[in-house]
Amino acid sequence: MPEKKKKRTLSDANLLLLITIVVFFVMYIGAVVLLGGGFRKAQMFFNILDANAGLVITSCGMSLVMITQGIDISIGGVVRLICMCCAVNLELQNGNPFTAFLIAMGIGLAFGVVQGFLVAYLEIQPFIVSLAGMYFAKGLTTIIHTNPISVTNEAFKALRKIEFILPGLGYYNKKGTYINTTIELGSVIALIVVILMFLMLRYTKFGRNFYAVGGNKQSALMLGINVKFTKFMSHVICSLLAGLGGFVYFMHIGSAATSNANGMEMNAIASSIIGGTLLTGGVGNVIGTLFGVLSLNTIQNIVSSIGLDDAWWTGITIAGMLCLFLIIQSVVMSRTKKK
Amino acid sequence: MEKTAVKKQNPFSRLLHSQMMIPLVALLLLLGFNLLMDPTFFKITLGTNSDGNPVLSGNLISALNNGSELAILAIGMTLVTAASGGQDISVGATIAISGSAMLRVLCGTESSPSSLAAPIIVGFLVAVLVGMLCGAFNGILVAAFKIQPMIATLIMYTAGRSIAAWINNNQLPIVPGKVFTYFGGFIPGIPIPTPFLIAVLCFIIIGLVLKFTNLGLYTQAVGINENAAKLNGLKPAFIKILSFVILGVCVAVAALIKCSRTSTINYSVVAQNIEMDAILAVALGGNNLGGGKFNIWASVIAAYVIQLLTTTLYKFKVSSDALPAYKAVVVILLIVFSAPVVKEKMAELGKKIRKPAKEVG
Repeated sequence: MPEKKKKRTLSDANLLLLITIVVFFVMYIGAVVLLGGGFRKAQMFFNILDANAGLVITSCGMSLVMITQGIDISIGGVVRLICMCCAVNLELQNGNPFTAFLIAMGIGLAFGVVQGFLVAYLEIQPFIVSLAGMYFAKGLTTIIHTNPISVTNEAFKALRKIEFILPGLGYYNKKGTYINTTIELGSVIALIVVILMFLMLRYTKFGRNFYAVGGNKQSALMLGINVKFTKFMSHVICSLLAGLGGFVYFMHIGSAATSNANGMEMNAIASSIIGGTLLTGGVGNVIGTLFGVLSLNTIQNIVSSIGLDDAWWTGITIAGMLCLFLIIQSVVMSRTKKK
Repeated sequence: MEKTAVKKQNPFSRLLHSQMMIPLVALLLLLGFNLLMDPTFFKITLGTNSDGNPVLSGNLISALNNGSELAILAIGMTLVTAASGGQDISVGATIAISGSAMLRVLCGTESSPSSLAAPIIVGFLVAVLVGMLCGAFNGILVAAFKIQPMIATLIMYTAGRSIAAWINNNQLPIVPGKVFTYFGGFIPGIPIPTPFLIAVLCFIIIGLVLKFTNLGLYTQAVGINENAAKLNGLKPAFIKILSFVILGVCVAVAALIKCSRTSTINYSVVAQNIEMDAILAVALGGNNLGGGKFNIWASVIAAYVIQLLTTTLYKFKVSSDALPAYKAVVVILLIVFSAPVVKEKMAELGKKIRKPAKEVG
């Protein structure tokens, strides 16, 4: 009996994942066929990935926290703080990219440890803890520096320019010269993070504990899982990924301002949901999250290339898409319950 | 069991164990801090404004004035939290929507008309209707589709400001006439700020509703155990939707005050992050964010505590951008000290200290 049950929930999670991936491909192929233009080039896809590499990484962390039945809305603030600190370090303190990277990870770790401790060991609601974290990070950003900084550090610029050529995906332009399709360092990091997270969650004991704790805290406790430590680690990993994602985001935009990464936490939550992660915990997959991010941004690109330039269309389409996915999830989940 | 134990104790210790404790202590701490640092904080002066009307001014008055929207939202947010066990994160966006709808009615299609296109009351009623519709939309997603409230309202959160922009065609219409500014300022002859009066009116209405109807009881019943409530003949879905609709009305009232303060609405920034503050008010009020028992008055006091904290920080010349950092520190301290785990540990520690003392004596 228990085996059967396990199989059913697994196939259910896989169904949600499948829906996401299918919707993404249908949307993208639809755009290629109907809109053509930029969508026909592989570079378009990698541009979307490059622009959202930071979001992919932070969303993976968000999914992990959501699998463990928590939530972390501080990541937007943390990313903003990291951008500002790295920029100050590179520009005003003659730092190098390595020190900036260490600062980013250090900030992530600090937020993760404090928030994880408050949530796991003092049993304070994760929403409130990370809300305070978000306020703290956003406030601290303006205390550190208020004016926008554009980074001119040579070593950092060189790091930003690193691009990988993808063989066989290039195209000939009108003049007949071959243009390579390239991918930024940030995207490569993001893909590595997604694969590592996927392997960890699926094949290690440590990773499976997250599902156990999120699915049913009581039975996880009875199985001898250290529930508090698992929750603590979910927040630490999430904030560390926010640190890494923040650095990748900073690498992509190359400047810092107090309005950076506005609403990133909500985009990360939306991506996780579209990717099939449930806020009730215990269900989720980082591969789905990756497709969630891609779907969200592909639809934005489609909307703007159709000619609906007005800013409000983006918000409304994303909301509509979110609504659709939520209702699909709701129907799938209620179908499972009836069985 | 607990109830009888509490009843036997004196009123003071009853207060000590009640939910009102946390916000009240926070309020007293803040007031005490200000008294120590600078007694002039409490100075209230009666002056006249540019129109020659008597107005009260001072730090306390400004806290009461500016905290009104938050306190009104805290009413609805407490009900939503209690009934559905989740929070509505779309209130800021719905303020933008209902405010824009109100301005659309009041100004017509012009961006700065010379006269009102419709009476203010019509505009307000439209705003209430729009607020209720948004609330009902959220409520149906939560109650009928069983989506977590925070996630369901994420839809409105994402779309809200875009819809607001669409309603007024990206313009920022300005409402003509002095009468409209009364709601966010002062009514001639009355020195008390109108937003506070509106908030008090809302408190009275919700107080009467809770006293003479079973709304409070039913909400708690649904929040504590939905299935048990259903077996007892309640309709959990209806109660949940109702709580979201009530929040929608609160949002419309807050939108009226917000629009009236500036005579216009900047849909992209109006009431930004107010949803976070409203949820904070509910949490600081000692309400369980997982639903169930609630105390609206604790949330309301907590809302004013948050505003008083802001006013205090402004007094100490903290810039408005850096404000959230200080606020976060205070909030974390308050929440850590009111966390059940910490309380237990403190109680244990207290016993340990007392025990050796007894042995000696």
